[in-house]
Amino acid sequence: MTAVDLRTPGVSTDEPTTGGTTLPPPVPPGSPEEPRRSLVMLRTSDIFALVGAAAAALAITFLLFTQLLPFDGAIGFVVIVYMLFLAIYALLVSLDENGPAVRDKVAAVAIHGLALLMGGGLVFVVLYAIGRGLEALPYLNFYVEDLRVTGPLDPLDLGGIIHGIAGTLIMISIALAITIPLGIVCAVFLNEIPGRFSRLVRTVSEAMTALPSIIAGLFIYATWIMALGFDQSGLAAGLAITVMMLPIVIRASDVVLRLVPGTLKEASYAVGAGQWRTVWHVTLPTARSGLMTSIILGTARGIGETSPVLLTAGYTAAINLDPLSGPMVSLPLLVFELVKNPQPDMIARGFGTAAVLMVLVLLLFALGRAIGGRGPGQLTRRQQHRRVLASRRDAERFRSREAARPRFATNEEGNTR
Amino acid sequence: MSTTTTTRVEPEGQVAEDAPRTLKAAIGPTDRVFRGISRGGGFAVLAVMSLIGVFLTFRALQALREAGWSFVTTEAWEPDGGEFGIAAVLVGTILIALVAIAIAVPLAVGTALYISEYAPARIKRTLISMVDLMAAVPSVVYGLWGAFFLQWNILGLSRWISTWFGWIPFLSVEGTDPRDPLATETVYTASTLIAGIVVAMMVTPITCSVMREVFSQAPAGEREGAYALGATKWGMIRSVVLPYGKGGMIGGTMLGLGRALGETIGVYLVISPVFVIQPRILESGTSSVSSLIALRYGESSQFELSALMAAGLALFLMTLVVNFAASSIIARSRSGAVSDA
Repeated sequence: MTAVDLRTPGVSTDEPTTGGTTLPPPVPPGSPEEPRRSLVMLRTSDIFALVGAAAAALAITFLLFTQLLPFDGAIGFVVIVYMLFLAIYALLVSLDENGPAVRDKVAAVAIHGLALLMGGGLVFVVLYAIGRGLEALPYLNFYVEDLRVTGPLDPLDLGGIIHGIAGTLIMISIALAITIPLGIVCAVFLNEIPGRFSRLVRTVSEAMTALPSIIAGLFIYATWIMALGFDQSGLAAGLAITVMMLPIVIRASDVVLRLVPGTLKEASYAVGAGQWRTVWHVTLPTARSGLMTSIILGTARGIGETSPVLLTAGYTAAINLDPLSGPMVSLPLLVFELVKNPQPDMIARGFGTAAVLMVLVLLLFALGRAIGGRGPGQLTRRQQHRRVLASRRDAERFRSREAARPRFATNEEGNTR
Repeated sequence: MSTTTTTRVEPEGQVAEDAPRTLKAAIGPTDRVFRGISRGGGFAVLAVMSLIGVFLTFRALQALREAGWSFVTTEAWEPDGGEFGIAAVLVGTILIALVAIAIAVPLAVGTALYISEYAPARIKRTLISMVDLMAAVPSVVYGLWGAFFLQWNILGLSRWISTWFGWIPFLSVEGTDPRDPLATETVYTASTLIAGIVVAMMVTPITCSVMREVFSQAPAGEREGAYALGATKWGMIRSVVLPYGKGGMIGGTMLGLGRALGETIGVYLVISPVFVIQPRILESGTSSVSSLIALRYGESSQFELSALMAAGLALFLMTLVVNFAASSIIARSRSGAVSDA
């Protein structure tokens, strides 16, 4: 694969050279077998250095915090342990390595530490919300009731968040009903009809991915609600989410469509298909999984946004299934409103709602990964199986038509379909 | 077929003049309709998108005409009293974003390097998915964490920093004395630092995923070249991966900055709004343009709404500039041609 392999001594190249073939010297019979060398990069001394440095850092920090200095606090403890650990580790490694090797080891440890910090931090944020929500989650009424009759001091076995769940589903359905056709048509336009106009559209829609979500809400608030005089409603919120999601979906679909191999499209043109047939039968099916992924990821973003909904949907404690009239609430907005209450049960409900929202996003995300995550043309085993079956059926069909067809009329019939 | 040699049959004395033919494809009616519809889709998107910009500008003009240049220099926000400007909120927005970026970038670089260089191949895909998933976690969740956990657990750190590093102007805190054991700690809550950390958690995943994409594209030949010259892993990263990914690192950072500038709910849940320029990042009270909009849109008159639009327009222009800079830096860098960020 690489050029290096060919130059290793003892391996002959294809061209005959003057030196001829060099063979390894024959092993005399009865000589002891060469011991297999270990290729493991990690040595025992490395592990000793790591463990030793960690233990020393912990011990010194413990001493500092309890005996020597007026320090307290968990964050400071961890920071000082980490700093000391890096220093002691560098010292230990430098006892038997040279400069570049010491820098290499310290950099490796520091990078692992940063990655661990970020991973741990993010996981902690998510688990914190779920953990505090656990208090409200076991109650069944939490999922089937709304907060219409629930007072601020009512216990957790009264009231739930069904109005938020219904509202979220209605709003995202409205947004998807507009975003999917418009977004995909626009992405197809960007790829199929290149020119100055499509470059302009691409630039503008890329610029709009920078649109802060609150401004999407403000725009709908100022036009739909203030200028046109409609009330705050689920439809307005759906429109605000649409404005926010549309550029994201267009951009992701555009990238996916660009990845469709040109050879496939050219093959389609070469057998006489028009542009529309090529798009419908070749481009879109090839990019289907990628398009699904971009839509699902856009949906996950759209479901989680609070600020466009905050301005356009209003807030209600009762379930409202009519997107055209009356305020409607979505899950993130419900979280936002609930945790503003001072009562611990309301806050617990807020965290529970956040947990439900997160599970929803997680499910969507997993769905997106399961469908997508493969390049165009890469099939799962089941898809491949289906393709093979379809191809076999086609072959069977051709054979039966061939048998049924009178032998002299081939050139007329062959082109019909 | 191969046996026949092509001979050009030309009439004597008449040399064919090879005029360039005009290439014209006949477009059938179906394709004509298809092209019409997809053009229409493109036009609709363009119309909606431009409408936002045009409408924002149009509505903002009313307030901007009233305020003139003082809109950029005034700190207070009382549009109906005639005195309003975005100096304070704009500075607050930028400070929060800068704190967020200062925390997010080292974390993102470290994590991206870990995933692309150090992580075992088995868990690489899982890690990539996890980072992408974190980018999709709703911002209100980060806001909850900031408001209910971080707010109260970071007081000690804030106090410690302000006690020992208070001589640096932006780290000082007014209104409390570190030697007074009974001093209230609320002066350290709801600060720029806390909002910045919350926003940092939100923008780190997206920054990290751009950087990782670029790092993993560093050419294998150059990596092996560095190893062949005797570089350690870190030496290879420093001399091949980081220079190669420089454009992506800057671009990812600016993309994160654009997100940080526009973040609303996470900030809104944490801060307590003030309308003066407050450069001390550890002290309570800060504000941002987007949380100003979320705070004031409801009870505002037509004129105040116009002023909010003007503030939103300023924020939008800022994120637009940052994003354009980011995408052009990414596109111009060596690694950018294939990256979709």
